[in-house]
Amino acid sequence: MILDLAEWRMSIDSSFLPIISLLPFLGALVPGLMIRAGRTACATFTALPTFLALVMLLILAPGVMRGEVYTAEIAWLPQLGLSASFFLDGLGLLFAVMILGVGLLITLYARFYLSKDDPMGQFYTYLLLFQGAMLGIVLSDNILLLLVFWELTSLSSFLLIGYWKHLPEGRQGARMALAVTGAGGLAMIGGMLILGNIVGSYNLTDILAAGDQIKASDWYVPALILILLGAFTKSAQFPFHFWLPHAMAAPTPVSAYLHSATMVKAGVFLMARMWPALAGTEIWFYLVATVGLITMVLGAVIALFKDDLKALLAFSTVSHLGLLTMLLGFGTKAAAIAAVFHIINHLTFKAALFMTAGIVDHEAHTRDIKRLGGLARLMPVTATIGTVAALSMAGIPLFNGFISKEMMLEEASHTYWFQNPWIVPALATLGALFSVAYSLRFIFHVFGGPVRDDYPHHPHDPPFGMYAAPALLAVLVVVIGIAPFLAEPVVKMAANAVTGAETKPYLKIWHGINPALFMSVGAILGGAVLLALHRPLDRAWIAAPRPEAKVIFDGLVATVVRWTRGISEALHNGAISRYLAYFVTATVIVGFAAYQGGALGAPTREMLPVPIPVFFGWLLLIIATATVVILHRQRFLALVVIGVVGLMVSAGFVYLSAPDLALTQISVETVTIMLLLLALHFLPKETPAESTGLRIGSDAVVAVAAGLAVGLLAFAFMMRDFDSISAYHLANSYKGGGGTNVVNVILVDFRGYDTYGEIIVLGIAGLAIFALMEALLSGPAGARLRNSSYDLDRSRDRHPLMMVVVTRLMLPIAIMVGVYIFLRGHNQPGGGFVAGLVVSIALLMQYMASGFAWTTRRQKIKYHTLIGLGVLVAGLTGAGAWLAGRPFLTSAFGYVHLEPIEEFELATAALFDLGVFLCVLGAVMLMLYSLSRMARHAGETVNKEPMGYDPSRAVESLRKKAE
Amino acid sequence: MNHWIIAPVVLPALLAPIIAFVMRHDISLARVASAAGTVALAAIALGLAVLAADGGVQVYNLGNWPAPFGIVLVLDRLSAMMVLLTAVLALLVLWHAIATGWDNRGRHFHALFQFQLMGICGAFLTGDAFNLFVFFEVLLIASYGLMIHSGGKVRLQAGLQYVVMNLAGSTLFLFALGTLYATTGTLNIGDLAVKVQAMDPGETALIRVAAILLLVVFAIKAALFPVHFWLPATYANAPAPVAALFAIMTKVGAYAILRIHTTVFGPGTGATEGLVSTWLYPAAIVTIALGAFGVLGARRLSSLLAFSVVGSMGTLMVAVAAFTPEATTAALYYLVHSTFAAAALFLVADLVLTRRGSDFLRAEAPTVQNGLFAALFFGGAIAMAGMPPLSGFLGKLLVMDTLRDPDTIALTWTAILAGSLLTIVGFARAGSVLFWKSTAQTDTPAPDTAEAVTEVAGPQPVGVAEAAPSIMALAILGGLAVFAGPMTRYAEGAAAELFDASAYIEAVLAEPEIPPLDEPSADGDTDAAHDAGEEH
Repeated sequence: MILDLAEWRMSIDSSFLPIISLLPFLGALVPGLMIRAGRTACATFTALPTFLALVMLLILAPGVMRGEVYTAEIAWLPQLGLSASFFLDGLGLLFAVMILGVGLLITLYARFYLSKDDPMGQFYTYLLLFQGAMLGIVLSDNILLLLVFWELTSLSSFLLIGYWKHLPEGRQGARMALAVTGAGGLAMIGGMLILGNIVGSYNLTDILAAGDQIKASDWYVPALILILLGAFTKSAQFPFHFWLPHAMAAPTPVSAYLHSATMVKAGVFLMARMWPALAGTEIWFYLVATVGLITMVLGAVIALFKDDLKALLAFSTVSHLGLLTMLLGFGTKAAAIAAVFHIINHLTFKAALFMTAGIVDHEAHTRDIKRLGGLARLMPVTATIGTVAALSMAGIPLFNGFISKEMMLEEASHTYWFQNPWIVPALATLGALFSVAYSLRFIFHVFGGPVRDDYPHHPHDPPFGMYAAPALLAVLVVVIGIAPFLAEPVVKMAANAVTGAETKPYLKIWHGINPALFMSVGAILGGAVLLALHRPLDRAWIAAPRPEAKVIFDGLVATVVRWTRGISEALHNGAISRYLAYFVTATVIVGFAAYQGGALGAPTREMLPVPIPVFFGWLLLIIATATVVILHRQRFLALVVIGVVGLMVSAGFVYLSAPDLALTQISVETVTIMLLLLALHFLPKETPAESTGLRIGSDAVVAVAAGLAVGLLAFAFMMRDFDSISAYHLANSYKGGGGTNVVNVILVDFRGYDTYGEIIVLGIAGLAIFALMEALLSGPAGARLRNSSYDLDRSRDRHPLMMVVVTRLMLPIAIMVGVYIFLRGHNQPGGGFVAGLVVSIALLMQYMASGFAWTTRRQKIKYHTLIGLGVLVAGLTGAGAWLAGRPFLTSAFGYVHLEPIEEFELATAALFDLGVFLCVLGAVMLMLYSLSRMARHAGETVNKEPMGYDPSRAVESLRKKAE
Repeated sequence: MNHWIIAPVVLPALLAPIIAFVMRHDISLARVASAAGTVALAAIALGLAVLAADGGVQVYNLGNWPAPFGIVLVLDRLSAMMVLLTAVLALLVLWHAIATGWDNRGRHFHALFQFQLMGICGAFLTGDAFNLFVFFEVLLIASYGLMIHSGGKVRLQAGLQYVVMNLAGSTLFLFALGTLYATTGTLNIGDLAVKVQAMDPGETALIRVAAILLLVVFAIKAALFPVHFWLPATYANAPAPVAALFAIMTKVGAYAILRIHTTVFGPGTGATEGLVSTWLYPAAIVTIALGAFGVLGARRLSSLLAFSVVGSMGTLMVAVAAFTPEATTAALYYLVHSTFAAAALFLVADLVLTRRGSDFLRAEAPTVQNGLFAALFFGGAIAMAGMPPLSGFLGKLLVMDTLRDPDTIALTWTAILAGSLLTIVGFARAGSVLFWKSTAQTDTPAPDTAEAVTEVAGPQPVGVAEAAPSIMALAILGGLAVFAGPMTRYAEGAAAELFDASAYIEAVLAEPEIPPLDEPSADGDTDAAHDAGEEH
């Protein structure tokens, strides 16, 4: 029973984990609203979820201290191996408490720091988002989930750094941080995916247990490098350190949060987290320790020469991150303990220092050290806090920074670098030395010295709310510094988690007389000397040429943008002829390659004899095509020749016994040419010469190659027999489709659905042209049209008598022909499509003869309606089959015997064909209508009479005269 | 036989002519009809997706003709998913178009819109290669009509390129179909699969040509290098809701490749083994690169978005090119994601650009509701760039996770990750200029501009109705991330059906369930047949 209770207790506790990590995200919704209730209310409600999460964590803390590991898993994307699983061990707990605890302090601090003009709700929302993302990183038990949170920190820090969006530094700093950490994050995606593949699981607990397997894998090195890229960019390790100082453009609370406890520590956390899985190899040591060492020294050196308080602290952060990285890189237990302890210490003093810097900036309105000094007397509380924290940063005894620095130096003192015993200790001491120097500078040049009278704003201590947070941290600095054993259990808990083994941290102030002590003393003395020499050194530093990271970065981005833009714009230059050339060339190449890769047997068919007329037809086709190419600039002429091509194709169909196709081809050809002729009226009569000779040449090569390829392809399959489904169509056309013209039965029955689609295409084309014309005529093109003159090439007799009379005579005949073709369609060549074209040709002729207005007035049904009716009739015919429980477009037919006419067939297919007929007719006429609207816009007069010169009127008037 | 299968085609096809020809003078009427139709389509699509999820391929024999002689529609998980995707996207786009008044800036928007839906759904549902061509035509011509909706010089120019390039593609489609028919004698996809499998190894050259020509045709639709050139200008210049709807158009190409090149020319097909991947893979990689370059190098917001679509198509097609069930699962998830991501971005961009002086990425005075727009753009951007918490990140992970071929892993992953990086940087730069830098412009307003602002009525703030579709698109992306598990399970099922074509083939080539209509009176019929026979 007791056991059960314990289990139950455990499961309840575990269920806290997802809630803890969700709380900040849920809380992020609140500040944006609560800002309406005032700034204090907003801050309070921001603190609430943080506080709740912290309380829940602290409930779990005793268990973790005992060595329990809480886990919770929610399935998310099992196919990928991604689950929302969380776990809490010592390392996670340490970081989570740091994130939430400092988060609370920052919330309090920001309440007083932000001015009334800053949108505070937004700030707290971003802050909570960021907090949630960080918390997610440290609690994730699944490395893919960790990646999700990792990227979220990049995004939310982008928003935080760019919070003052009107400042260029803020925007640039935010973009730089996003680019660098984002790039690292992307690399890490690759690394994590490889890691998961090696282990066969993305669960962190599995991965941590599989360290040997990972290190033995061939993929270890790529995975390591990619993951380290992520960690190094996040934790601002050389050479990716440059983004961090530029992120200082953010409001100080952001800097204090991101650069003490959270964002930059994420990389360190990751290295610590992955320590059992990845650390301990040579490549790990040389990569991680070396980079850390370089970063530590470099950051410390630069920090000394920064006049901006926040820049100094930023480079100091870089340096301390380097220190942590180096310690983790050593790969020993003792170094890991030192790292864990320093993580805590760095958090306390650095957050306090950032907040101090913010207070100074807030009060004195400057952060420039050269314009400060003597503040100790004006703002004693702030000065005390700042001094305590800075002394800890310098590593002065009795402050917590001293102890962890001693431990670091101790570890460094016996580390060999490529068999070299002194390079690591020497450089570590150098780093410590510079660290002392800039820390002392922070104290003496800001707070020390005489009071000045030229501060931009007269400083004094801020209200309690603003210094409460740093003061609390400063107290921690001193407490841990004096009584380090108090931190022992926490360090032990986290170090156990890092190393995956039992550790025995022994934290004390006095380690006895050892190398570390000498190094430490040397560093403090050297640092003091450096500070004394600061003025000349600073002058030398300023005079010396230094690579400016931002300039390099900006230059790099600008270059990449220039190149990408160049490539992109050169390729997408808007010339359709180029695009088509790429398309055709690519098609020919891949087509040929595909052909080459296969086999082709000998032809199975004999060549047919070529009769003389067919030969000449073929020749004519070729000549006509070539003529179109040559004459294409003279548009009218080219159009006429295109007509020849169309006719020859129709003749070909006739010769090859495809009367339906021939009929369709001829009528389509006629309608198309007529409409094109009408359209050409509004276009320039000649195409301008746009291509150079070279281009024409290359285009010709492409065109000829493509033409030959298509020809050869057709030849290849025409020379071979194949079985097809058409035998079925022939056999079932009459039996199942009720028609003997297989082509028509295919069109309206076997594949009526295709036809249905195609008439819709036609209908849409009519609509689209209409809409296009409407848009054209109401735009600037319409105005141009109105102003252009087409009088020059206009016939004097626009509606000639002879034409009017003949077309009028032809009309009933043509319509009869249309009806005939329609009716015979099912059994003989013909059908709705051709009939529609024939009737529209007849009507087109009326329009050409008597003008649009005259004809339209005699028209009863609108063209829009014709198309609509056509599509509807066809569709409803098809749907009618549903009533009989049959699928769409199932046809039915029957034979009717009515006296006195002979027996005839009634088929639903005919109704469908009627739809086709109407749609074709409507679409063609709507296109004509659109063209004639254009004509009227262009100033065409509207004729009321059927013909230009009407002799009957002349007779009439003569008669009147006579009377 | 389930008649609902054809409803996604017939419903818009019947609605569109009524809207065009009966309701064309009243925009409100057209809006109501169009919206009602689209809602109904979405409901039907949802029903079909549920139906398909139960498993089993369902076939609809048009005209009650047995396959392969008639045309069949095939409902499986993949086609149902694509239809549902289309319908949901259409709802958002239609809402946006109506709320912003885009639909009234030219003629026949709603009719063309419905025809467009008909074309897209038809392409997804058909089980016949030639019928696919027909629906490509329907959706091409309708999309051209939509693309040039409301006119304008630049738009018409871009529209011409669009239609010319796609007509060239249609011509090639015909060549390919001709070759296919001349080698197999059939056009039914299931039947083609059977015939191609049984191909004589000594006669593979022509079928290979057909396969690769079809690939080029679909690549044009899917905007793959080197036939993607039409896309950037088209999307950048199309009316915003149309550009958003076009997010599905590229997917039609991707779908067609998935359908044809797995069912017919899939892995294990002797005649075309490895042929498709050989060309598709490098094309997709280059497409990723060109998309990313375009995003980073863009001078205009709309062309930035267009290039981001190109890049996402590259990522999608890299996954498709692997032709494994796992990679296809990833591709399908990514496909849904990238559709909504592109749509969301174009819709948001429309809200911004109609309130902004120009499309160019340069600092101008901020528009009204700068914060809202910034937030929406941020959401769309992280989705498109593949950052968490939206579905792009999971899509990217899925794609990368399934592409582990040791020969290509370095190239694939580098392309995807570097492409992401350039896209992130490109979007960050654009957003920073549009929404951040612009706020600096008003901090020091010259006195005369301040007056000008009061004189000229500023841009109208967006209401809930206008912003809703954009927000919903983003919400869908969030939902896709949260419900990635079930979504991927569905995609897995779809991919499994795709790669085990036997069920598909079996269902398609089965005898129709419904017997043919009673033959009209046996005697008369035979007589008539006899007569007809005599006459001829």
